[in-house]
Amino acid sequence: MAWLLIALPLAAAAVAFLVDSPSVRARLLPATGILHLLLLLAVLRRWQSLPAGAWLGLDALGGWVLLVISVLFCICAFYAPSYLALRPERDHRIFSVSLLGFLGLASLLAEARHPGVAWVAMETTTLVTAPLVYFNRNRRSLEATWKYLVIGSVGIALALLGTLFIAYAAHMGGVEEPLQYPRLMAEAGRLSRPWLRAGFVLTLVGYGTKMGLAPLHTWKPDAYGETPGIVGALLAGGVTSCAFLALLRIYAIMAAAGEGRFAREILVAFGLLSMAWALVFMVGQLDFKRLLAYSSVEHMGILVLGIGIGGNATRFALFHLAANALVKSVLFLSAGNIHRSYASKQLPHVTGAIRRTPVSAGLFLLGFLAITGLPPFAPFISEFNIAATALTTGHVLAGAAFLLLLAGIFLGMSDTVLQVVFGTPSPQRVRTPYKDTAATTAPLIVALGLALGLGLWLPGPLRAMLDGATATVEGQVPVVRIAEVRP
Amino acid sequence: MSPDLLIALIMLTNFTLVATSRINKAIQVAVVQGVLLGLMPIAMGLGHHAHILFMVAAAIAVKGWLIPFLLRRALRHVQIHREIDPYIGYTVSLLLCAAGTGLSLVLAHNLPLKAGTTPTYLVPAALATLFTGFLVLVSRRKALTQVVGYLVLENGIYLFGLLLVEDMPVLVETGILLDLFVGVFVMGIVINHIRTAFDSTDTRHLAELKD
Repeated sequence: MAWLLIALPLAAAAVAFLVDSPSVRARLLPATGILHLLLLLAVLRRWQSLPAGAWLGLDALGGWVLLVISVLFCICAFYAPSYLALRPERDHRIFSVSLLGFLGLASLLAEARHPGVAWVAMETTTLVTAPLVYFNRNRRSLEATWKYLVIGSVGIALALLGTLFIAYAAHMGGVEEPLQYPRLMAEAGRLSRPWLRAGFVLTLVGYGTKMGLAPLHTWKPDAYGETPGIVGALLAGGVTSCAFLALLRIYAIMAAAGEGRFAREILVAFGLLSMAWALVFMVGQLDFKRLLAYSSVEHMGILVLGIGIGGNATRFALFHLAANALVKSVLFLSAGNIHRSYASKQLPHVTGAIRRTPVSAGLFLLGFLAITGLPPFAPFISEFNIAATALTTGHVLAGAAFLLLLAGIFLGMSDTVLQVVFGTPSPQRVRTPYKDTAATTAPLIVALGLALGLGLWLPGPLRAMLDGATATVEGQVPVVRIAEVRP
Repeated sequence: MSPDLLIALIMLTNFTLVATSRINKAIQVAVVQGVLLGLMPIAMGLGHHAHILFMVAAAIAVKGWLIPFLLRRALRHVQIHREIDPYIGYTVSLLLCAAGTGLSLVLAHNLPLKAGTTPTYLVPAALATLFTGFLVLVSRRKALTQVVGYLVLENGIYLFGLLLVEDMPVLVETGILLDLFVGVFVMGIVINHIRTAFDSTDTRHLAELKD
């Protein structure tokens, strides 16, 4: 049944391409989103460690990431019809096809059991999301699309080389094709170390480019800044999660091979560098969508930092994936609403939004507080636990730097956010007909509610899945028959 | 033809590419390199596997015909012929390319090869080609030349893939070729948009977005 998760969105994409009525097409998005989520929940009721020979299937790690993406897609898809109705001048045929195609390919990536299949899924994800960046069809969005494509493609090419290096490491160790993840992990001890290490570095750089880790993030502020908020939400929570998953699979092989220490040192460095870099560009940032893009760079840094610290922090890095996706959707969608209302995304044109769009501005403020670690929202839980793990397991310097950077980022972001929300209305402000409606705010409230709920209580089945996913990332080989491996 | 000779020719095409200013010629060099790459598996004596022969045919068709066709069509549309004023000049590019090739030899020296692997220069050649593609990609202004750079970068990866060609299922190899084609195809579409928006494919115009 798992293959339906891939086929359903792709079939819906085909329908969206053929249907002529814009309103039918717009409604196809939430319908597909909710169906995909229900189907996924049905499949996840019995996720399992898969046999070594399977090409597709959901284990705990893939299931967790896909669940995050599916929920995020639902939030965006329920927001989409009202947003598209606000922009009747834009044809959204390609837009809808790309959105649905993304969901199908993300499902393929989550289910991929082979590094080659995962890589193909990641590359095609980049390609289908490129038209989304170009939705506004002006010079600025064209520039953003070009950077997104070129930098993304180079990154993904390096990831391919890294994947081939790891395949060669297996080849040298006498592990034969097909190299599914469970087999690579079970036989990790036999992989050639120099090739494995080089392969990990290349995949980290490659998938790190897609995640937007500094210094490979240069496409990110442009792409997130020029797209509609709905695309920003999906890129920041969805595409980055896909790339993170692809990287985690490779990390798991490193961990299983006993090379975890080498990998973790690099991950900590990348994580802290990303946070520091984001901080520098957040201070005094006048464009609030670019601000969110740098916040995304920061949180990608937190994800890899958590993996780099290891132990309990790995678990909370995976939890942070969900927390970040939910809160980022609130931030990007509310920023999109404010952008729509002021026809600008720059200070000082946009100030005092709380008066004009009280709901969106309130959500923007709450989203900002949540993402910077206000308890009891979900990001607080993960950030606190990653810091606590770092400080108690001998990563005192990294832990201290992490806390210091979090504080700095809170201050750096608050300046712009507070001005947007509470500032004195600017004399240059433009009047637009946009008003907050239930349809453009309800999905955001649901997303924020979920982030709050996750912070207060993690349901048992999710906890079990998170434990399973953590074990996979830490390189614990799932219990499967590996009888067909030749000696 | 011996594989080492082909590798030497591929490395020569790298140097030709960084030294050329005419876009048409750059595309031509990429075609030659693509065909040379396509012939590699046969020179390595892998011609008796049906799936490898299929891959050879696909590689030559995509790299030697389809992609150059798309690039040339875009070139005719935009009416530009030369790479004027690149970010990094031609002499410096050549020196960098030579340095990159040297570095590739050193790097490859540190990576052990499975006993009995031939040809031994495959890994350094792959890394050098990858580096050349990257160099062209970052040092040229025209969008079309950047796509050629991307193509050469992919060629480097393909070259490395030959080490594994016997052990890698057709699914993954064709996936790689397919992705390469789709990638360049989408870039071709974007190039057309750049042309209509700016009346040229100079990516210098794409410099509005900054902090």
